[in-house]
Parts: sequence; structure tokens; C-alpha cells
Amino acid sequence: MSATNTIPFTLSGVRHGVKLCVPFVPGYFLFGAAIGALAAQKGLTFGEALLMNAIVCAAASQMVALEMWRADWTWMHVAAVAGVAAMVNLRFVLSGASLRPWLSPVRAGFVYPALGVLTDGAWAASIRYNAEGGRDFGVLAGSSVFLWLTWISAGVPGYWLGALVTNPHAFGLDLLIVFTFTATLVPILKRTRQFMPLAVSGFVAVAVSYLAPGYWFIAAGAIAGALAAAFWTPKGAS
Amino acid sequence: MNGELHNGHLYAIAAMAVVTLLLRIGGYWLIGRVPLTARLRRGLEALPVAIFAASVLPLAVKGGPAGWIAGPVVAATMYLSGKEILALAAGIAAASFVRGMGF
Repeated sequence: MSATNTIPFTLSGVRHGVKLCVPFVPGYFLFGAAIGALAAQKGLTFGEALLMNAIVCAAASQMVALEMWRADWTWMHVAAVAGVAAMVNLRFVLSGASLRPWLSPVRAGFVYPALGVLTDGAWAASIRYNAEGGRDFGVLAGSSVFLWLTWISAGVPGYWLGALVTNPHAFGLDLLIVFTFTATLVPILKRTRQFMPLAVSGFVAVAVSYLAPGYWFIAAGAIAGALAAAFWTPKGAS
Repeated sequence: MNGELHNGHLYAIAAMAVVTLLLRIGGYWLIGRVPLTARLRRGLEALPVAIFAASVLPLAVKGGPAGWIAGPVVAATMYLSGKEILALAAGIAAASFVRGMGF
């Protein structure tokens, strides 16, 4: 099952990817309940809610889109929802780009299907694995597919039980992405000590979040942090 | 252009799916079309941390007192224990507590 001569693709890598993502499962089900409640409330059928989980598979954008969901649609409304989804999900362009140095030797026929179901959790687990020296493509494939299936499954109890979570705000569920990302960031920082891009990115993102509407702050901050790292050459590096 | 659509829900879901798919594969595709210089590599290596920081900090700051307290609680729990699930539980507990106090 070797995809290339330089990057391995093994079944034990797939299993390792699944194992790395197990800690995200409770969060996915909590978020699934919060979104299921909203979907039911906005008049989506059970099938439509599941379809959205399966083919959009990006929780934050689903939540924002459902906030602006309607009973009747024109092409303008469809375009508006797609535009909002694009803005919230713009970060995927950057997470995809960040995987290139690791995965460029892997055959496109393997990489693109895995990228097609990439979620924040799978990306976070995989990029951390890679930052710690791992190179097995199976880890990305396993974690992506596993969390994709988890997200679809989470839609089932989410839609029916979501009504019980009447106030996700009270449990801090609106902060779930902050919690999962912070938990992933800490070990990477411990290892890489990239405090300069962290500070630049965080500062720019917070500033932009007050100056511009929507989710531009993620792209603005992330690009600023990456540019800072690219142009502030550490001593001794070329 | 302004007529009402039958199955509007499905069109909206499909449109979201298509743009999201393009974003998921677009960045990876694009970076493969330019030469990977040392500078670009350093930028890409810093990108994960930069994305995390840019997503987390504004949302935590705007999350109110619950975000200001629960965010650092998650970071500290993770730093000390190294267990995601514990950090997540601590964050939800801290946020529920702060919000339950009426903040």
C-alpha cells in the first residue's frame, strides 16, 4: 500500500490517525447537538441536516449559515450563504497550504480525497504529528476520514437531542473551537517555540476582528504571522 | 434570477459544499504551483501556529469573561497534563461556571 517512495502510507498510520482524533469526539458530538438544534429549529429535515454534515462538514460555517437560513430561497440567497461559508472556511486554504511541504511527494489521487474531508481536528492532529517528526500519510487519511464519519454520526443524536441543549451559550459551547484549538496549540508551541509568529498573528487577528466584520481576522492574522516568520530570518538561517 | 427556488435548502447546502471543497483543495494545489524557497518554507512552517493564534485569540477575547478565564484554563491544563480531553473538560467547566455566575 506504499503510495510513493518517500512518504509512507501504512495501515498502522491510519490507526494512529484515528487514535490521535479520539479526544475530539466528545466535542464533535456537543457541537453536533448545538447545530442539530439550530437545523431542526430552522426547518431542515433530518435528511437535509445529515447531508449538510456529510458534504459541507465544517461546523463553524454550518452554524453561521444556519443562523441566516430561510424558508424560501432565490439564487441571491444561495449565493449569499455560499459566500458566508467561503469566508468562514477561508482558513482551509491556509491549512491545505501548510500540508504541502509534508505531502507533496504523495500521489494526487490519494491526497485530494483526504483533503476533501479535512476538518480542523484532523488537520490539527496531523500537523502536530508532522511537527513531531512523523511522515506517514496514513495519519492524515485516517484522521480525516474518521472525523468526517464522526461528524456525520454526530448529526443523528444532534438533530433529535439538540432540542435539549436549548442554551449552548450557558455551557460555553460557543467557545468549543477556542478550547480544542488551544489544547492542540500548546504541545506544538512547547516543541517549536514559534512565539514570534504567534504574537504577530494574534495581535493582527484581534485588531482586525474589531475593524472588519465577519471572519476576515483568521486569514489576516494567519498570513501576517506566516509572513513575519518568512521575512524575519533567524540568526544563522539563510 | 429572483424567482423562488424549489428545494432551496438543497441548493444552499450544495453551494456551501462546493465552495468549501474548493477551499479545502485550493491552498494545497496553489502552493504546489510555486517554487518552494527557504523563505516560503519558513512561512509555511509557521502557518499552523499562526492559524491557531488567529482563530483562538479574537474568539476568546470576544467570548467575554468566560473566554478570558476558560481559554487560559485550557492552556494551563493542557500544559500540565498533556491530555486534550482533560483540557476540554476543564474549559467547559470553567466557562459554565463563569456564565452560571451571571457574567
